[in-house]
Amino acid sequence: MNATLAREAVRTGNRKSGAAADRLFHLITAAAACFVLLLLGGAALSMAWGGRLAFETFGARFVTNVDWDVPASQFGALVPIYGTLVTSAIALIIAVPVSIGIALFLTDIAPRWSRGPIAIAIELLAAIPSIIYGMWGLFVFAPFMARHVEPWLSGHLGNAAIIGPLFSGPPIGIGMLTAGIVLGIMVIPFIAAVAREVFNAVPAPLKESAVALGSTRWEILSRVTLPYTRSAIIGAIFLGLGRALGETMAVTFVLGNAHDLSASLLMPSNSIAAAIANEFTEADTDLYRSSLIALAFLLFVVTLIVLTIAKLLLLRINRQLGRTS
Amino acid sequence: MAIPARRRVADIVAFAFASMATAFGLFWLFWILWTTLAQGAAALTPSLFTQMTPPPGSSGGLLNAFYGSGVMILLGLLIGAPVGVAAGTYLAEHGRYTRLAAVVSFINDILLSAPSIVIGLFIYEIIVRTMGHFSGFAGAFALAMILIPIVVRTTEESLRLVPDQMREAGFALGMPRWRVTSQILYRAAKSAILTGILLGVARIAGETAPLLFTALNNQFWSANLNAPMANVPVVIFQYAMSPYDEWHTLAWAGAFVLTAFVLFLNLLVRILARKGSGHE
Repeated sequence: MNATLAREAVRTGNRKSGAAADRLFHLITAAAACFVLLLLGGAALSMAWGGRLAFETFGARFVTNVDWDVPASQFGALVPIYGTLVTSAIALIIAVPVSIGIALFLTDIAPRWSRGPIAIAIELLAAIPSIIYGMWGLFVFAPFMARHVEPWLSGHLGNAAIIGPLFSGPPIGIGMLTAGIVLGIMVIPFIAAVAREVFNAVPAPLKESAVALGSTRWEILSRVTLPYTRSAIIGAIFLGLGRALGETMAVTFVLGNAHDLSASLLMPSNSIAAAIANEFTEADTDLYRSSLIALAFLLFVVTLIVLTIAKLLLLRINRQLGRTS
Repeated sequence: MAIPARRRVADIVAFAFASMATAFGLFWLFWILWTTLAQGAAALTPSLFTQMTPPPGSSGGLLNAFYGSGVMILLGLLIGAPVGVAAGTYLAEHGRYTRLAAVVSFINDILLSAPSIVIGLFIYEIIVRTMGHFSGFAGAFALAMILIPIVVRTTEESLRLVPDQMREAGFALGMPRWRVTSQILYRAAKSAILTGILLGVARIAGETAPLLFTALNNQFWSANLNAPMANVPVVIFQYAMSPYDEWHTLAWAGAFVLTAFVLFLNLLVRILARKGSGHE
């Protein structure tokens, strides 16, 4: 009798301490989860707060002004914004077709045994630290561009009707074109990984129906696979764009840190991230430092919007696949 | 039935393009790795691991940078991994199906790709500015902030892969939820969670931008976490951008060691993952 009572007491005691421990455990994990929210919110707020002096001083002129004149304390963000957008655009022009090609190769063409190793090799492109891309870009790729590619471009396209101004100028290797190409290589693995995943997830009956109707494999890709996975592919492109916009070290090495606005892609320029990396530790006045943080704020807001769009598009395809397969 | 020539040609062109795209991607990988290997192997000397970073124009090593990087990565890991695992546990287990978990999961994915330079500036604003000087501690904290989203994502995914029967079996035995999580689920997902942490370490080992404004750099030996601290990525950055040949050589040596370390971790993770999943 006593023994059962004692056992009962121990058991309820256990359960009580279990409940308290449960609540504690729940609380700890929830706090950690909230920390993730705090991290994003804190970063955005602190950038807005740190950049307030620049925003107050320059107002909307901050984003439309070309001048970045440190001695005169004039800070306009147009050149870095322009450089960021142009290099990211070049990156996407290169990376999107290549990534889709890689995804197609890995889902339909490559011999089965080689798919895993090739996919890993492409993923390794994303593992290489960006500073290595930067060093390679500065010491190997920029000289290569200056010797072999840019003289040809300015010679053959420099005087062309509309695109001529894009390719005129001295072949110095460092500039927006080189930076854009390096960025393109860096975002290939991100877009290719998503594209491959969704290509693999296209329901087999859809493809088989196309085969039964006599489609070639190219027609299956262009009329079945791509339309079916369109939102995910666009999501992947936005993901790559988000990466390209915020990429810092690789661009810093090969962009030249020049605050001049020029139409030519062969000329040095600047990007938001590169300007911050190059100048922040040298910023000696409050306004200078605040202007750089204001740049970071703009970059952060834009990448957050781009990445949110990417995530929403990718969620959509997941739901679609969840329903149909 | 013969396929018209135009369609056949389109098919062949598309496939040639896809093969070339893959060759194009692999080409850069090998070019970059080859450059790093060739330049780095030539620059490897024993003094790399025994001497400090030199002043311009003289030879030396990277010992203080290796030490600083090691300490900051380790400290970043100690701060970031527990928070990441706990948050991932909330998303997959204790907060499953709650609105908070859905929001955090969404935000976390965005943080995964957010520019790391902004994280560096954020830590600058809240730590460096408050303390009044750059420090190894701020650097470690910045690395932890980069690590957290990676660990959150992989922990959540690893726990989701544990079959529900395991949870039910635990509850049926009368185990409280926290013991089910810590004694059954963590054990089942252990290798996958560790894999995620290793991937995160590989990522923060190469991060440069967040260290520029937090740990800065230090030419001399310093084990003081409350002072600027040397680290491999920032040394590579400064030395590669300098006009001195000796510094370029050291930068390549650092780049080689860093790349080898990061690729080794990545390949290790893949081998572990393959072993763990037991197929392919």
